[in-house]
Amino acid sequence: MSRRKLTRRQFVAATALTTTALVAAPYVRGAHAAGKVSIGFWDHWVPGANDASTALVNEWAAKEKVEVSIDYITSNNKKLELTVAAEAQAKSGHDILQMPTWWPHAYAENLEPVNDLMEPVIKQNGDVNGTVKYLGQRDGKWLAVPATVGSQIKGPCSRIDLMKKYAGIDVQEMYPAGSPPKADNWTMETFLKAAEACHKGGYPFGIGLGETTDSVDTAGAIFQAFGAELVNAKGDVTVKTDEVRQALEFYKKLIAVLPPDAPSWDDASNNKWLISGKGAMILNPPSAWAVAKRDAPQIAEQCWTHGFPAGPKGRFAPFLPYFWGAWSFGKNKEAAKSLLTYLSQPSSIEKFVAASGGYDLPAYANMTKLKTWAEEGPPKGTLFHYPDPYNQQTMSIAASPAPPKIAQQIYFQATLTKLALRYAQGQKLEDALAWAEGECEGFMRS
Amino acid sequence: MVDAAFEQPRIAQPARRPRRASLHYALKRKSTAAFLMTLPLILLIAALVLYPALYSIHLATLNKSMQKFVGFGNFTFLFKRETFWMVVKQSCIFAITAVIFKALIGFIVAHFVHNIPAKGQRKWRGMLLVPWVIPPAMSTLAWLWLFDPSYSAFNYTLSFFGIGPIPWLGDTFWARFSVILVNVWYGAPFFMIMYLASLKSVPDQLYEAAAIDGANWWQRIWYVTLPMMRNIIAITTLFSLIVTFANFDIVRILTSGGPLDTTHLFATWAFQVGIQSSDIPLGASVSLFMVPILAVAAIFILRDVSKRGNES
Repeated sequence: MSRRKLTRRQFVAATALTTTALVAAPYVRGAHAAGKVSIGFWDHWVPGANDASTALVNEWAAKEKVEVSIDYITSNNKKLELTVAAEAQAKSGHDILQMPTWWPHAYAENLEPVNDLMEPVIKQNGDVNGTVKYLGQRDGKWLAVPATVGSQIKGPCSRIDLMKKYAGIDVQEMYPAGSPPKADNWTMETFLKAAEACHKGGYPFGIGLGETTDSVDTAGAIFQAFGAELVNAKGDVTVKTDEVRQALEFYKKLIAVLPPDAPSWDDASNNKWLISGKGAMILNPPSAWAVAKRDAPQIAEQCWTHGFPAGPKGRFAPFLPYFWGAWSFGKNKEAAKSLLTYLSQPSSIEKFVAASGGYDLPAYANMTKLKTWAEEGPPKGTLFHYPDPYNQQTMSIAASPAPPKIAQQIYFQATLTKLALRYAQGQKLEDALAWAEGECEGFMRS
Repeated sequence: MVDAAFEQPRIAQPARRPRRASLHYALKRKSTAAFLMTLPLILLIAALVLYPALYSIHLATLNKSMQKFVGFGNFTFLFKRETFWMVVKQSCIFAITAVIFKALIGFIVAHFVHNIPAKGQRKWRGMLLVPWVIPPAMSTLAWLWLFDPSYSAFNYTLSFFGIGPIPWLGDTFWARFSVILVNVWYGAPFFMIMYLASLKSVPDQLYEAAAIDGANWWQRIWYVTLPMMRNIIAITTLFSLIVTFANFDIVRILTSGGPLDTTHLFATWAFQVGIQSSDIPLGASVSLFMVPILAVAAIFILRDVSKRGNES
């Protein structure tokens, strides 16, 4: 068998020819010419909601000739947060990763700034609320893009019949479907009286006092309604103030009329409380109502989602935004940004909201009056006021306006609920405040 | 003779063997063969245990943003925190109480099973092992439903006797009781099976001799059974102590550390501080704090075991 020997001269000539041909050849756009993008989305609890995300991503991928792969990551047991932490440590992973509330700030150093994307999106969709800016921006730089999927308000979901019967409040009249709220009298005082009346009637409000987010978010909105901050925007500890004392006095009265095991509640407990028909109100996104539609339709028909009561310093609603972040170490940042722009278009947002049955909330001012919220039922219009269409509330997150890295500690250590619970369970006010002060000082680590 | 060669060494050895021959000889040594066989496992342990352990030590020496070396700074910070000392206390209460009850229940049940005729014993052994073979995250979820604030099956049953409702997970005492109860339920079968194996290895002649000497049942346990089981008891206790100290799933699922942090253990608090609050170095420091505590326990228990081994 003879073998032809390649001379050095022939090798050089062949290499030069090949290189010239490659450089001079016309650019042919193949099926996946713009490379690959891998995405880690939050695994939605609403059946079918992930399909909307997949369809939108595929539409974009077909248009842009990009190969995409999507992983849906559950938030159960903090799997999503663990993934964020692991990818940030490994400096490798998805090009786009969905992140809850505090995570853009926590991993700011590893995120690609998205100002170039956010400016036109805001111009198109309207401004974003203060909480989204607080959580998504650092020094004027956008760290991540507000995601419609997963973002939510944890406002009151009341039982129409029980509130009318025991508290004498017609929630449908107060928050009529299709028109602005008539909620001037819906104050913390009225809320407390209603809680007492419903407790007396055997249907206590289902508000948790545990260490999970539902409990903390409620505490955050109540503290903010009284102007109570444990740490202010400058990072100074401000626990021992009259506002904090006022909020604690209010909480003490409220805790007296809550279910006795509320300190052990997790994020599922309040949902079960409403669905089981035991309570007149919970503070939650419409997920409990959606499950009731399936499991206890007679309860769902009596549910009405509406705004938070106002306190001396305003009407605050707990808003929990999700974000889509693009890692700075991502392999295809340009394609990632292009996809995020596509997912932030009004038509995409409308599809997300419809697929989630109204659960998902866009962060943009012009996107709060979509037809899904007006049409969902029963009863029809039950979700109309869920996205706060008349901007009556200040969207807020517990522990703000403390610098986010400190606020995250206050939030996840549940300092607000623990403080309220300590005082309500008999600890002296000043001792409880001293404990909270010590905790906050410990959160100042950099 | 662990290190003996497979072949008998030749009488007349050359002064210096060629290199190939010595390699050949080394490969034939039993210890070399044993090392090569265990090498995959050693590599696996190095990758999955040693590397993460060293990495967590590295993490524990960094500041919160993981950009600066702070030495023991995280530990000195922890020593000043009230919650940290509460977690230390709770971890000790949880682990010691649970291990005592697991050992006690395991010992008693092992005796019962040992006395069942051989024909029916296998069924009982299988049934009693069920709690231990179900993944704890799954069985703990079932316990969570039993303790559930709104639908507790226990409270429902107790209501027929005019008792309750008991805030199983909402009150400090009951919450600690509940997490320990679930841990005992899960871990007692492990003790039972270890003790049962140990009981079966006690020679019958010893009991016969004790019976001839007029020993009652208590004296038989005290002077025959317990001395024969001492090493197994020590090793099982140590193993269980380590696993119970490092427990995560039971507390995480049942209480998430509440109410008011009174059921947090090292692992659950480390998770809350490290992952949920994004302070990974502090979380690593909390979890590393278990090491010296467990190392001291291990030294004492294993020293005792090896002393008895040498005596025998």
